[in-house]
Amino acid sequence: MKILPLQRRTLALIAVIVPLLALLAYVAVRSGPLAPVAVTEAKVESRSIRPALFGIGTVEARYTYEIGPTFAGRVKRLDVHVGDRVKAGQVLGEMDPVDLDDRLRAQEAAAKRAQATLAEATARQAYAEAQARRYEQLYAARSTSEEILTTKRQELQIAQAALSAAREDLARSRSDLEGLRAQRGNLRLVAPVDGVVTLRDAEPGTTVVAGQAVVELIDPKSLWVNVRFDQVSAQGLAANLPARVVLRSRSGAALRGRVLRVEPKADAVTEETLVKVVFDDVPAPLPPIGELAEATVDLPPLPATPVIPNAAVQRQGEQPGVWQITDGEPSFVPVKLGRADLDGFVQVLDGLKAGDRIVVYSEKALGPKSRIHVVERIPGVSR
Amino acid sequence: MISLAGRDILHSWGKFVFTGVGLGLLIGVTLVMAGVYRGMVDDGKALLDNSGADLWVVQKDTLGPYAESSSLSDDLYRGILAMPGVARAANVTYLTMQVKKGERDVRAMVVGIVPGESWGAPGWPPYLVAGRRITRGHYEAVADIATGFKLGDVLTIRRNRYTVVGLTRRMVSSNGDPMVFVPLKDAQEAQFLKDNDAIWQSRRRTEANPAFNRPGVPGLLDTVNASQASSSSVNAVLVRITPGAVPDEVAQSIRRWKRLTVYTRTQMEAILIGKLIATSAKQIGMFLVILAMVSAAIVAFIIYTLTMDKIREIAVLKLIGTRNRTIAAMILQQALALGVIGFAVGKITATYAAPLFPKYVLLVPQDSIAGFFAVVAICALASVIAIRMALKVDPAEAIGG
Repeated sequence: MKILPLQRRTLALIAVIVPLLALLAYVAVRSGPLAPVAVTEAKVESRSIRPALFGIGTVEARYTYEIGPTFAGRVKRLDVHVGDRVKAGQVLGEMDPVDLDDRLRAQEAAAKRAQATLAEATARQAYAEAQARRYEQLYAARSTSEEILTTKRQELQIAQAALSAAREDLARSRSDLEGLRAQRGNLRLVAPVDGVVTLRDAEPGTTVVAGQAVVELIDPKSLWVNVRFDQVSAQGLAANLPARVVLRSRSGAALRGRVLRVEPKADAVTEETLVKVVFDDVPAPLPPIGELAEATVDLPPLPATPVIPNAAVQRQGEQPGVWQITDGEPSFVPVKLGRADLDGFVQVLDGLKAGDRIVVYSEKALGPKSRIHVVERIPGVSR
Repeated sequence: MISLAGRDILHSWGKFVFTGVGLGLLIGVTLVMAGVYRGMVDDGKALLDNSGADLWVVQKDTLGPYAESSSLSDDLYRGILAMPGVARAANVTYLTMQVKKGERDVRAMVVGIVPGESWGAPGWPPYLVAGRRITRGHYEAVADIATGFKLGDVLTIRRNRYTVVGLTRRMVSSNGDPMVFVPLKDAQEAQFLKDNDAIWQSRRRTEANPAFNRPGVPGLLDTVNASQASSSSVNAVLVRITPGAVPDEVAQSIRRWKRLTVYTRTQMEAILIGKLIATSAKQIGMFLVILAMVSAAIVAFIIYTLTMDKIREIAVLKLIGTRNRTIAAMILQQALALGVIGFAVGKITATYAAPLFPKYVLLVPQDSIAGFFAVVAICALASVIAIRMALKVDPAEAIGG
């Protein structure tokens, strides 16, 4: 009976100390650098992926018409406002003629004066011609001197020259008049196509320089998206590929479109390839010009190859590869990668075959001496 | 032969074990404190490891990109790529900011990385714990798990929204802020683009400036505005060198011919650890020293009081002719046993408490081993006082009052 309490104490002490030491041993081995790394594994699948390219751009109009006067002047009236739809040939506004009407009248008078001058020159020429003929006959009859005949011939030549000068003068005056009339007609600002007014840059009374736009029109049917694709991910871009466009203001809905063309000139500063994407149906209401849009261009599906998640791709030096699991031991297998899609899968062209088990996620970077234990989910990642 | 120490411990084992546990908690705190220091250093190293770079090219005469701000033109990397010994060069931006998700915001370091199929380009997170890598050139993010974000969450950085497509782990800045990786062009915007109000105000200012708004030159104002809104800077170019190239030589040739400042891994580590976290590390080190001293004092007190508790029994032992050596061994063995229990408890609590800390706590086995020997040494030293007390006791006390 004396022994028992002592034994009980010993047992109790052992019951405390032994688990403590066991826990210590467990902690020392299972945590810190000595612990095995939790990884998740996946099988290499053989299937087809459909690469897609993603870019952003702005909504632009293919045809923008900037309408303004051809010479400096003042705006007299402007009938349209931003957002108005206009028809081809519609008068949008008018420039103030200022002194153009007076100049027109002056030019008309000048033309009439030229007409009168021409009549005078014609009369003089007719008289000079008659005189020259008469003196030729007299000279033939030896009734006058050769000198007088020469004088008369010269007078005829002068009269002829004066006549042609007067004719040209009249033509010039008439052309000037036509020019002024054309200018007078050009004071009206006319819509060249059916379109929507996007800009009204000057109000009546404003003086504008020649060539400055007063009204800007776009052709709503010609809306397109000017998309920029980063050059590193622009492989396979080509005309007529289907595209999905998401406008920033309508982020829920994708609009269907297609690639119209890949611009032959890329942006050298931003290292982007420019692509024009047109809508299959012009969205209504019309998106504002300049709105940000995201475009996804779907490329044709590729033939089935071994495919792995891109998270599995690791790097040793410059060599990409994956950690393959064989008999519970990881080993680094260099791979040659092919195309990738936007959902995070990438083709393996060389190095792996379908059915191989690989590490997808790991708790920390794996090294050649790492021990692993495969888990369903890396600890700490919530669903 | 019976073990005196063992018998004595068994006699009041509850008290002994609880004292050990109490001491263990103290040792645990000390170990965690060491872990905090190691964690700080490791944060800095993790930052360098995860960038996957051999060289950092930054603005001339700056300590960028982590310790100082640095700004480079984003086309400089092309020239650097042409330098001998350079295998890869990639632009990168770093910006520490609040990243919003709904109502909540998290302090994070937003890293702009070159997107596309060029994984493994310097700057990319080397491994993920969930989701996938960034595949789109815009509006996708890979977040560190410490941000608390989940896959599919939508984050707001400046005016754009980003979907979290992947999660990673231990991607932190030197301050321990978790990282959020976004495509480079978005990050450039986030860093250099002003907010909308500022842009409108700046446009108005430009409009009011007669030099930029000349009636005779239509279009000049738009041109000036466009030039003000563009941003084409990055913070650094991360360079990976070809196998066999010597980092210092490559760095020297970039310094010489490109007239930029270049840091090698060693220099960068010196900047991060020597300059960026130097004072915080010293602060923690100071704490560690104080804690170690306090622990030693407490161990000494505990052993002293344990001995004083049984001073009468010791007197009896002396009375019956026990040798001094035996008594000293008993006290020393008890002190060491206490230390071992304390260390075990401390190590276990430290291990389980470490993940609860908001910042990274790294428990290194070398620290634990050093800690173990320190604890044993402190216990041995502390028992010296108790042994002296025990040996000085007068055997007469056993029968006296």
